[in-house]
Amino acid sequence: MENIKIKELKVSAIENGTVIDHIAHGKVLQVVKILGLEDFEDQIYLGANLESKKYGKKGIIKISNHFFEESDINRIALISPSATIIEIKDFVIVKKFNVQVPSLVQGIVKCINPKCVTNQQKVETRFEVFTIENRMRLKCHYCEKFTNQENFDFN
Amino acid sequence: MKKKSLVSIHDFSKEEQLRILELAGEFEKTPNSSILEGQVIASLFFEPSTRTRLSFETAVQRMGGRVIGFADANISSTSKGESLMDSIKTVALYSDLIVMRHPVEGSARFASEVSDVPVINAGDGANQHPTQCLLDMYSILKTQGKLDDLHVAFVGDLKYGRTVHSLTIALTNFNCTFHLVSPEELKLPSSVKQHIKDKNLKYYQYTDLMEAIPKVDILYMTRIQKERFSDPVDYEKVKNAYILTRQMLGNTKPNLRILHPMPRVNEIEEQIDTDPRAYYFQQALNGVYVRQALLAYLLGLKS
Ligand SMILES: [Zn+2]
Repeated sequence: MENIKIKELKVSAIENGTVIDHIAHGKVLQVVKILGLEDFEDQIYLGANLESKKYGKKGIIKISNHFFEESDINRIALISPSATIIEIKDFVIVKKFNVQVPSLVQGIVKCINPKCVTNQQKVETRFEVFTIENRMRLKCHYCEKFTNQENFDFN
Repeated sequence: MKKKSLVSIHDFSKEEQLRILELAGEFEKTPNSSILEGQVIASLFFEPSTRTRLSFETAVQRMGGRVIGFADANISSTSKGESLMDSIKTVALYSDLIVMRHPVEGSARFASEVSDVPVINAGDGANQHPTQCLLDMYSILKTQGKLDDLHVAFVGDLKYGRTVHSLTIALTNFNCTFHLVSPEELKLPSSVKQHIKDKNLKYYQYTDLMEAIPKVDILYMTRIQKERFSDPVDYEKVKNAYILTRQMLGNTKPNLRILHPMPRVNEIEEQIDTDPRAYYFQQALNGVYVRQALLAYLLGLKS
């Protein structure tokens, strides 16, 4: 009985909204940042360092009364390609999908090249996304340099 | 007509590149005309490059156009803190086409997006310099009669040399074989080699220049800068190995031509200048014809 109760607490259900599950360990706050969740009015639950059978430790975010455009939510793939999106209406799961790495990224990430125009003038970054052996590389639309996944710096 | 700019050589298809070379041939035959009469070309050099600027301005004048602009950012309003966007938007209202050189990488792409008139990138930092690439292609075509199936050697700094990178990638469209001669520290980056591999073409790497010379149709020399070496001793070790001397040209193909993007420091002995295989001064002149072709093409005066 006690176990079930604790479990209920961890995954306290939302009536309507979006659950972002299986967020890579240590990335919850970055996800909050790139989705701009600080500015949301409705209830948001954050969970970090939760046990996951698949990934060891994971994070979870539940956002009440909000459904995202796929193109917006897919930005998460830059931080945590493992994330799963669950949409809930009246306590029922109506949609579940894995985030997809987008082919183009606008804003969000900084170009690694300090001599790039996006780091010197008020110019929004734009990248073409390449995935080579499961590692993401972003090619800058302006300076044509590559920024590798391990160097992603989020705006 | 849709506005088209030239920021990177990849903005032009192979067919468009060949069309520019063909037009350049026409301008070489008849350099003087008045087809640019009434047009105002803005020549914005946010960093000085006398050689490139004079080449562009000569191209404009030979076709009867007019030039406005500046040769140095210190005499432009950027020194007063004006943003690049505002500078370009304003000049685009005054002129029919903008030629721009800027030390910031990606600035030319950005300018082409905010400008209502075509932009030609005359160099954006270490990134792109597409007119150099086209004039190199023109020089190869003229001296060899073709671009296909050639053996091309690149010598010197293959790691940082943007002209080498662009020209290598452009020549992968023409079934060339690449002979890459450089010190260990300055080898061609693997990202550029990947373009060669993607087209199933061959490349060979050397540290000894003499090994490559007898095999090639084009010998493309570049400068090795001391600053590129973290240890000055390494520079001292290699600095003389990549200087082309008359003695080294004993055994070459008869059609060999020597190219250099200029300015040279000491990479090619001056004795070689009068050798019929030396082509680097003519190569610089070819830049004027190629730029005439580009201006006429982007202004819609030639299609
Ligand atoms: Zn960049």
